[in-house]
Amino acid sequence: MNSVVKIKNLSHKYGSTVALDDISLEVERGELFGIIGPDGAGKSTLYRILATLLNPDKGEVYVAGLNALTDYKKIRTKIGYMPERFSLYQDLTVNENLNFYASLFGVSIKENYDLIAPVFGQLERFPNRRAGALSGGMKQKLALSCALIHRPEVLLLDEPTTGVDAVSRSEFWDMLSQLRKSGITILVSTSYMDEATQCERIAMINKGKILDTNTPVNLVDNLNENLYCAAANNMFGLLNRLRRTSGVRNCYTFGATLHVVADTSFDPDQVSAQLTADGLKNVKIYRTKGDIEDLFIKLTRDE
Amino acid sequence: MGIFGSLIKKEAIHIVRDKRTMFITLLMPLFLLILFGFAISTEVKNIKIVTIVDKHTDMSRDIEQKLAVNEYFTYLGQAAPGDVERLLRTGEIDAALFIRTDGDKLDTQIIVDASNTTSAKTSTGYIQGVLSGSSQSQPPILTQTLYNPQMKSAYNFVPGIMGMIFILICAIMTSVSIVREKENGTMDLLLVSPTKPGTIILGKLIPYFILSCIILAIMLLIAYTVLELPLSASVFNVIILSLIYITLSLSIGLLVSTIVNTQLNALIVSAVMFMVPIIMFSGMIFPIDNMPRILQCITTIIPARWYISAMRKLMIQQLPFGYIIRETVILGSMTIVLLGLAITKFKNSR
Repeated sequence: MNSVVKIKNLSHKYGSTVALDDISLEVERGELFGIIGPDGAGKSTLYRILATLLNPDKGEVYVAGLNALTDYKKIRTKIGYMPERFSLYQDLTVNENLNFYASLFGVSIKENYDLIAPVFGQLERFPNRRAGALSGGMKQKLALSCALIHRPEVLLLDEPTTGVDAVSRSEFWDMLSQLRKSGITILVSTSYMDEATQCERIAMINKGKILDTNTPVNLVDNLNENLYCAAANNMFGLLNRLRRTSGVRNCYTFGATLHVVADTSFDPDQVSAQLTADGLKNVKIYRTKGDIEDLFIKLTRDE
Repeated sequence: MGIFGSLIKKEAIHIVRDKRTMFITLLMPLFLLILFGFAISTEVKNIKIVTIVDKHTDMSRDIEQKLAVNEYFTYLGQAAPGDVERLLRTGEIDAALFIRTDGDKLDTQIIVDASNTTSAKTSTGYIQGVLSGSSQSQPPILTQTLYNPQMKSAYNFVPGIMGMIFILICAIMTSVSIVREKENGTMDLLLVSPTKPGTIILGKLIPYFILSCIILAIMLLIAYTVLELPLSASVFNVIILSLIYITLSLSIGLLVSTIVNTQLNALIVSAVMFMVPIIMFSGMIFPIDNMPRILQCITTIIPARWYISAMRKLMIQQLPFGYIIRETVILGSMTIVLLGLAITKFKNSR
């Protein structure tokens, strides 16, 4: 087993609040591993422990083959950590930020430029702009360049796409898949479910517990639910009525439509006829295939 | 450039680019020194006074003349006894002097507006001085004021202002700059880098130490030129003790930064927790000897008290180093304890 990150029965509490509850996880070398969960699920706590900023209450943590409790000094040279808020010096320029982080790790920008080139390329046009004056997407790219400048083995990205526009987000994921090719193991967390499919494997985390770990495709295949998509003119009325309809286990909004989890007894045609009779217009109910978000809702409901 | 060099360069950029803060930091000491040195003065001048004389004699005229030529008084002439109360109430006069001739003896009575006790006490003293000089029956009292013969209040305030400025600027600036890094999350990145915590701390403290030295130079320059403090060899001791005190203030800033988590809290803790005790308990304004026993005990833990006391001895009394050994030892030990505590706490934050 060639795991770069290994977590065994990890628990952590802040006072009486449980942040992480008996978590076990393994990430293999060169993997792009996603940690998916809502805000407050414990993602940032997990990152702080992996980055050796926090000592866990219980459990074992190995990063790059080293024990996080005893060898934290060695680990620190092997990880690139990018915290949730882009940790840049706002009053320093783009180049000054990059230079500073390079010298902090005792490396020169030149020797590792090939690694950051795809990320930093767009920033080269304004080397003297202050970091505080950059757009969200540019800040994100600069922060990633700073985290990469010492050629880390493991890249820890804590919600790197939060607060960044959609175009920059998709560019960012493209950059991550490029970085993977250079052999860097990447752990990325996000609260956007749609980003999960970009990862090789994901762990779904909620309330400090890991719900499931698998490839996105396998996870969705395992969903194994009777799922329908529903729409009508009056969406709120539709939601209320469907929730009272027999055979419906769960009904929730999903983008512009509703998703209905139903028993086998559920007959879409009969239900839509009934709803039309009740006064709803343009009622449409049809079978659909679930995705990560449906799975997440199922897993949290089963808890 | 090594890690240490980059840390210092980065901090220097923070200081220089934050123009407003730098401006305030460098101008505040200047402003306070000049303000306390000139404008805020406990000397009482221009006491408006009238005399009420029942019979004109040589002796009463002599007194009137002395009041008229004395620079501390504005002599407004004679008034009728019935007008005195009205004049005091309207504030047209600060004091009135009744002179009654009884044979060849003079009876005098001073009536003074004591709504401001400080000026009332001082003006009474002045008037008594004028009277004692003219009375033949009493010999004049000889007073010699040592160290500050002109009783300049600037002399008294310079050590106090220095004691306050260093704590304020060093403690506020270091604590805010460290806590800012905590808030931005950049401190996390410094900590996960292979850089040693000790290096991070030194990289933080040294730029502010240099800035404080510049402030010290400005203040000493003003004190010895504009405020005309007597310059002597003791200025070297002043500098040495000030450097110890600056280090102490920086340690306090570092300690504050390990306790609080937001810049606002750092500012409040540094400003309120240090400024008030310094003004009240350092002897800067209120003499410590006049305080109740308990408060006197409290003053012993305030570093500014020892610094100001030593500065008075050095700058005004011009005593040699031997007289400030106690203050130096106390300040030195406080520095070592606080710095040690701050570094341990900082390292434990991992």
